[in-house]
Amino acid sequence: MKEIRCSPHIHGKDSTSKIMWSVIIALLPAMAGSIYYFGLSALKVIFVCIISCLLTEVLSKTIFCRKFSISDGSAVLTGILLAFVLPPGIPLWIAAVGSFVAIFLVKELFGGIGYNIFNPALAARSVLLTSFPLQMTTYVLPLSYKVDAITTATPLAILKENIDTQIPSLWNMFIGNRAGCLGETSTLLLLLGAIFLLSRKIISLHIPLAYLLTVAVLSVLSGQNPLFQIMAGGLVLGAFFMATDYVTSPLTNKGKVIFGIGCGIVTFLIRQKGGYPEGVAYSIIFMNMFVPVIDRYTLPVKFGYIKVRT
Amino acid sequence: MFKGGVKIDSFKELSKEEQIEVFPYPHKVVISLSQHTGLPAKPLVQKGDVVKEGQVIGEPAGFISSYVHASIAGKVVALENRNLPTGRSSLSVIIEKENEVPETSYEGIVRNWQEINPREIIEMVKQAGIVGMGGAAFPTFVKLMVPEGKKVECVLLNGCECEPFLTADYRVLKENAQEVIEGLQIICKALSVEKAFIGIESNKRDLVKVLNTCLQTLKIPLDVRLKVLPERYPQGSEKHLIKSIIGKEVPSLGLPVDIGCVVFNIQTALSIKKAVCENIPSIERVLTVTGVVDRPKNLKVRIGTSISDILNYCGGTLTESKRLIIGGPMMGIHIPSSDVPVVKSTTGIILLPAEKTTRQEIKPCIRCGKCINACPMNLVPAEIGRQAENKNWDVCKTLGVVDCIECGCCSYVCPAKRPMVALFKWAKAESRKINKCSVT
Repeated sequence: MKEIRCSPHIHGKDSTSKIMWSVIIALLPAMAGSIYYFGLSALKVIFVCIISCLLTEVLSKTIFCRKFSISDGSAVLTGILLAFVLPPGIPLWIAAVGSFVAIFLVKELFGGIGYNIFNPALAARSVLLTSFPLQMTTYVLPLSYKVDAITTATPLAILKENIDTQIPSLWNMFIGNRAGCLGETSTLLLLLGAIFLLSRKIISLHIPLAYLLTVAVLSVLSGQNPLFQIMAGGLVLGAFFMATDYVTSPLTNKGKVIFGIGCGIVTFLIRQKGGYPEGVAYSIIFMNMFVPVIDRYTLPVKFGYIKVRT
Repeated sequence: MFKGGVKIDSFKELSKEEQIEVFPYPHKVVISLSQHTGLPAKPLVQKGDVVKEGQVIGEPAGFISSYVHASIAGKVVALENRNLPTGRSSLSVIIEKENEVPETSYEGIVRNWQEINPREIIEMVKQAGIVGMGGAAFPTFVKLMVPEGKKVECVLLNGCECEPFLTADYRVLKENAQEVIEGLQIICKALSVEKAFIGIESNKRDLVKVLNTCLQTLKIPLDVRLKVLPERYPQGSEKHLIKSIIGKEVPSLGLPVDIGCVVFNIQTALSIKKAVCENIPSIERVLTVTGVVDRPKNLKVRIGTSISDILNYCGGTLTESKRLIIGGPMMGIHIPSSDVPVVKSTTGIILLPAEKTTRQEIKPCIRCGKCINACPMNLVPAEIGRQAENKNWDVCKTLGVVDCIECGCCSYVCPAKRPMVALFKWAKAESRKINKCSVT
């Protein structure tokens, strides 16, 4: 019996792995920046995260008898994103635990790629933050400060906890010369990657713009410097690379805008009223839970359903 | 302009410059009695009968049905079930050529359509067995009879041919513009309409001059406007052509006539002209033979001609490494064997290399939303697809799967290579069953 194929008989050139590898490419400038700023320790964290994500993926695919393909890049991408939200000097075994949480608990237990409800990297970060609060909040200064890996606080923590340390200049925060999670520090390098993704139409501006604008507007309204609020924490990384994760964000453009605004409000609330100096990770995780509801109520009006005037 | 759609490489350059060539008189034809939407025609001939070219061999079995004519003169050698290029099979009349000089049933009649009244035009269209030649094969005379309470304000002539590879309608417009426009005038007269539009895609811009000269020389008393539309698949879909030109949406499950327009294909208009003015029934059509064939062509072939003969003529052989697609590559049908006859709705015969059509491994949906932006019906294909996989037919129905036009945009853009159209066809069939259950 010959196989009969259903139309269409031609297909576009996009593929899941192409998308994943494009996002990885978009993260390369920030990755290079993190190695430049934090040296070997950053490279080690990234390396451990990627390798342990891949190993966890192999392990869980074997357990669940799912087809495994390293080439689709999703495990590598999760590894990089997880490393990006960890402090540069974190003990490597904690990074490995985080990778296990991200791939096994958050992704594969829910059904694998496409079925997870939370962003794996951010959910893993949240687990690590509650499990290892000390190690997860111990930050180091970039190498350029010429002090040997001294522990310090992130700009947001300095502001929130009134620590007697100088807040880095806006320019230093823009280029990434500040304390913080490994991949979040350089707004400039992250924006380069974001422009690449936007130009390849892999992400759209709906979520990041809604997210950033909401935080900026709320900052202005509460008398804060919006540029500081945008560049001081993980907001740029979160808005362009985490909140835009296809699987855990709404399907329609309208839904994406609502999602972005929600993320902005929650981030701002955590930063201003919450117990943590930073709220990007929790806000995105929080909004991930609303995705099914948002999807449900933002279905587009179908063609031919507009009432005809007679 | 409509929302959504996709830009696809057109591959039309393969056959765009090929003049329409008349395919040699076949020695044998297989004429299906069911090459139109609606009930199959009732056969009027028996095995052994001698028929003339153009002779009626099947008559309508109901209101939505059509006459069928012999496309060659000869002897009926069999009346049997044959496979069709539509994926179905039906009772077919097989005629073999007998004499060298074919006898026709219609020759020598020349009529001036201006002297014929609308009712007679509709009857002639019916008698000529004309059906929509863009692919839907809906009996044309039914479209010309406006239902009670409805009013047709304008006629749209669909010259978009938005499917990649196909160039037959383009060639017909280029070479027979005058006859097509006369056909349009006849349609307007039958419907008592003063206003008409001709829609073409911007990749056929050279037709603008041809059509404009034609409109000027014919000195048409009607208000005929030429609309050049952006090259965007599925521009030639009836609903989306109307949306682009008139700006109105055909209501869900409704007909174009509900918003005051009727759409006709280029070759349908040409057939109407030939039927009304020259008494020629619908026994031939122009189609494109393209893809991995040695000589891509636009051929005028008689209905019932064997597709494998046509492929041979163009230097194409169906091997394991090729796939035969009838129609365009976006909505056409994959047929495993070339041993099928041309029917009235066959717009193209395409041989595609198998590796091009082999679907890569199907991956889970990553919710990228590309299908939503591509869907010209404003549906959420990703969600419908997931629900269909879980056999939640009622949910599929609420999400509007019945409105899906199966244009294939969602499958085309899907990075996970998900078989959306296949899932929707399945979901449509199943949700129709739900309907029946709730009625009984």
